[in-house]
Amino acid sequence: MADINHHIPESLLQAYATGSLVHPFALVVAAHISLCTECRAGLEAHNAAGGAILESLPDEPVSDDLKVRILDQLDAPFKQKPVYERSGVYPGPVMEALKGAAPRWRRVGMGVRQSILSAGQDGSVRLLFIPPGQAVPDHSHNGLELTLVLQGSFSDETGRYGVGDLEVANQDLEHTPIADAGAPCICLAATDAPLRFKGLVPRILQPVFRI
Amino acid sequence: MLTLTHDPSPPAYRPQILEDKAGIRLYKDKANVSNQSTVQFSEQTTLMLAVRDNRDRAAFAALFDFFAPRLKGFAIRSGAKGGQVEDIVQDVMLTVWRKADQFDPQRAQVSAWIYQIARNRQIDVMRKENKPVPEELHYEVEDEPDAGQILAVEQEAEHLKKAISRLKPEQRAMIEQAYLGELSHQDIRELTGLPLGTIKSRIRLGLEKLRHELRGIR
Repeated sequence: MADINHHIPESLLQAYATGSLVHPFALVVAAHISLCTECRAGLEAHNAAGGAILESLPDEPVSDDLKVRILDQLDAPFKQKPVYERSGVYPGPVMEALKGAAPRWRRVGMGVRQSILSAGQDGSVRLLFIPPGQAVPDHSHNGLELTLVLQGSFSDETGRYGVGDLEVANQDLEHTPIADAGAPCICLAATDAPLRFKGLVPRILQPVFRI
Repeated sequence: MLTLTHDPSPPAYRPQILEDKAGIRLYKDKANVSNQSTVQFSEQTTLMLAVRDNRDRAAFAALFDFFAPRLKGFAIRSGAKGGQVEDIVQDVMLTVWRKADQFDPQRAQVSAWIYQIARNRQIDVMRKENKPVPEELHYEVEDEPDAGQILAVEQEAEHLKKAISRLKPEQRAMIEQAYLGELSHQDIRELTGLPLGTIKSRIRLGLEKLRHELRGIR
């Protein structure tokens, strides 16, 4: 397992545990936890708190026949949800978002490629492929951006991020992530707002590439 | 698969009830007693292990009696309406039975495990989307579970429960709202006061032990 130095901030982990995180961020958090024992333990700790709250709730009487109905179904056949295993550098939750298929990369210029996993009202989440030494265009954010490294590494004004590391960038951060030498950097990146690129051309192309 | 050594013959096996010095009811595992070891897990853990390892329906019914009414309250507080409420209770309890093999008392006590199932189910139903969940850890090692670790996790969970009950009423109400899904991500940023450090370290020990075992076979 990789040596992970940048973890999920406590408030995000709690938001994930309690289910108040929008889908794009929840996917990144689930992918990080798949790689990180420290944050898995943190999640379980939040579940313990949730369990304590659950136990302390007042009883709400259930229908008389609910127990019998459930006991009757214990041995009934049921449809199992498919479980997506990790494949290469992609953790299980990413494979689930890809529905088990390989990413479909599209070029966005300067050797950078992306594969959008979902984009909607709650924001977007995508895979980014950045050749070594290449900068992701200088950008700032309207909202929050989470970036999880799955292969290679990148560095920016805030530090170096290797496999399993999670960068949390808010609207105050203008940064220039540059893929380090070595293997191309593959990241899982989620935002709750469209990215704003500096410079005219990328801004015009933003709607086209949904970047 | 990780299994505790239970006596396989009597399907209606019931734990033996004991009391410790503080008067807390403890349940002695009969199989372990016959092995001359006196490991005492909580009632819930004992029942859940009976469900997991012996597919014990009576134990499941006992868990239902405790959790179903609380899960119903949970579903209502989290915004479920009408028929949705008991549908969620039913789905959660059936998942407890069907996915019992994923219950690992070395890193989660029963209520924590059920909370996670309930939270995920609630999101799937209310938002009509699948909540992304981390990869399950695979148990490929035939190994005796660490009873000391199980007891320690239970103990830390008790401490946490007591700490929550000692919070100031408004702080406690806030924590409750958060875990019942009534707070937005932005509101949660302001939350403080929940002592999660010690239980987290204890759970991490359990996870690291598991990782160590998994590494050993690869």
